[in-house]
Amino acid sequence: MSELTNLTIAGARDLLEKGETSARELTEAHVAAVEAARPLNAFITETPEKALAMAEASDKRRAAGEAGLLEGLPIGMKDLFCTEGVLTTAGSHILDGFHPTYESTVSGNLWNAGAVMLGKTNLDEFAMGSSNMTSFYGGVENPWRRAGDNRPLVPGGSSGGSASAVAARCALGATGTDTGGSIRQPAAFCGIVGMKPTYGRCSRWGVVAFASSLDQPGPMARTVQDTAIMLRAMASYDPKDSTSVDAPVPNYEAAMTGDIRGMKIGIPKEYRLDGMPDEIEALWQQGIKWLEEAGAETVEISLPHTHYALPTYYIIAPAEASSNLARYDGVRYGLREPGESLDEMYEATRGKGFGAEVKRRVLIGTYVLSAGYYDAYYNKARRVRSLIARDFAQAYESVDAILTPTAPSPAFGLGDKMDDPIAMYLNDVFTVPASLAGLPGISIPAGLSKDGLPLGLQVLGKAFDEETLFKVAGALETAAGFDALPGFLAA
Amino acid sequence: MSVDKNTVAKIASLARIRLDEAQGEALAGELSNILGWIEQLSELDTEGVEPMTSVVSMTLPLREDAVTDGGYPDKVTANAPEAAHGFYAVPKVVE
Repeated sequence: MSELTNLTIAGARDLLEKGETSARELTEAHVAAVEAARPLNAFITETPEKALAMAEASDKRRAAGEAGLLEGLPIGMKDLFCTEGVLTTAGSHILDGFHPTYESTVSGNLWNAGAVMLGKTNLDEFAMGSSNMTSFYGGVENPWRRAGDNRPLVPGGSSGGSASAVAARCALGATGTDTGGSIRQPAAFCGIVGMKPTYGRCSRWGVVAFASSLDQPGPMARTVQDTAIMLRAMASYDPKDSTSVDAPVPNYEAAMTGDIRGMKIGIPKEYRLDGMPDEIEALWQQGIKWLEEAGAETVEISLPHTHYALPTYYIIAPAEASSNLARYDGVRYGLREPGESLDEMYEATRGKGFGAEVKRRVLIGTYVLSAGYYDAYYNKARRVRSLIARDFAQAYESVDAILTPTAPSPAFGLGDKMDDPIAMYLNDVFTVPASLAGLPGISIPAGLSKDGLPLGLQVLGKAFDEETLFKVAGALETAAGFDALPGFLAA
Repeated sequence: MSVDKNTVAKIASLARIRLDEAQGEALAGELSNILGWIEQLSELDTEGVEPMTSVVSMTLPLREDAVTDGGYPDKVTANAPEAAHGFYAVPKVVE
């Protein structure tokens, strides 16, 4: 780990502004770190030449006085964002060789802000998973290990490559996408900050679709301030995404005053699960204490339909996925397996191109949308989703933000829970409810488990009130003072 | 709700996914478990609750009904496994 790769985004930005380093120097250090971190398998595609060319162009822009918000800062791009001319796989065999002829809105916004692309980060296939183990390109290793135990652990998922890369100091930040927890859970597992904006804040255009009513891009970095800086560059109104919100993008960084005195923070009683590890409960209590010490008032609230969020999600997300993934038919892009007829070609291509978890979800989705079941499953789930959103709306009448644990456990072993889909789905028990309600959430590293693994706390906010979210998360981060480092750091 | 091998085969054919015998067997068990777990939603009374159509209360924007993009078939078909003369090519569908 060099001095340059251990910087925060804010710190690197300051050095660049003062002329104490250059985009080229910063990028060279990170390109070397990406290479040194190959054992983690965090990147599907490394783009060192592109990175250096982007860095040189960035230094020229800075010299000309045209520095953007992320000028010269090297980041990882989750391989779910279409990047023009650069292989985009979504972690799936079925997108073999896909080189988009266009750039996603969010990645385009980041490049326009001056960011430098180090490569495309690994992920669960089509973002379906909580361990990064469903990627066609292989699992990703978490740079953290349990104390005294050398067995590799998962980084969480689906944005596992991004989380692992940022934690191992091979990127200053990275993009993620969150459908049911895919930014927040891997951030918690890897000891970094991961932020899911309100649905509609970042454009979904050019992001490979999983469940369109839930998918939302967001930033992953090592501090709350860094995610605030990134989000400002990522967010925009985009006429090409009909659910993109036409509202000005605030300066989120400026909202982080650290002053949360008098704010009301809800503590949802339904998030206290049976069998939840004591250390998770203890950290949550500690978080409550930290916020109170910072001058906030904490109040118990009730989100009565919490228990039904996961089953609701596992109807809605697969239903939307089965529809979205219909486009992978061997005709327009990627893999084609030969067949005698068109139908046989479709079936052979999809049979070979999709992995086990994707097949499982497409089949569940097809089932719950099929004649005779649509009302009993899909419409029922959409009704329960309304109730879950209503729970939050009622809670937010009396509180400014909500504090919960991010995940019910620390990172688990590579390959664990693979034979029990429901046990895997339970990873997202604390993140899915806010996803269903479209609300913003952030995970910050707040402590270590008894085995020495990072644990996250989650702050949830009101729709489009990311400013309050960053303010509360920033105060929590200061109080937690998390400074532990993973065992593996890119040299 | 329990799903048998034949039901799996039927959904797989609707979803145009080829499964071998072993995958079909395994999926029947997995889907039955998942659907059984999902079944708990039936405990909830949702009478009179509107199904959610959008998480954010907004009106979908309208734009003028005009062509805003296009005119580059080569770019569109650039990633096709097989393309010819600006079209996607597929196995013969008409005898």
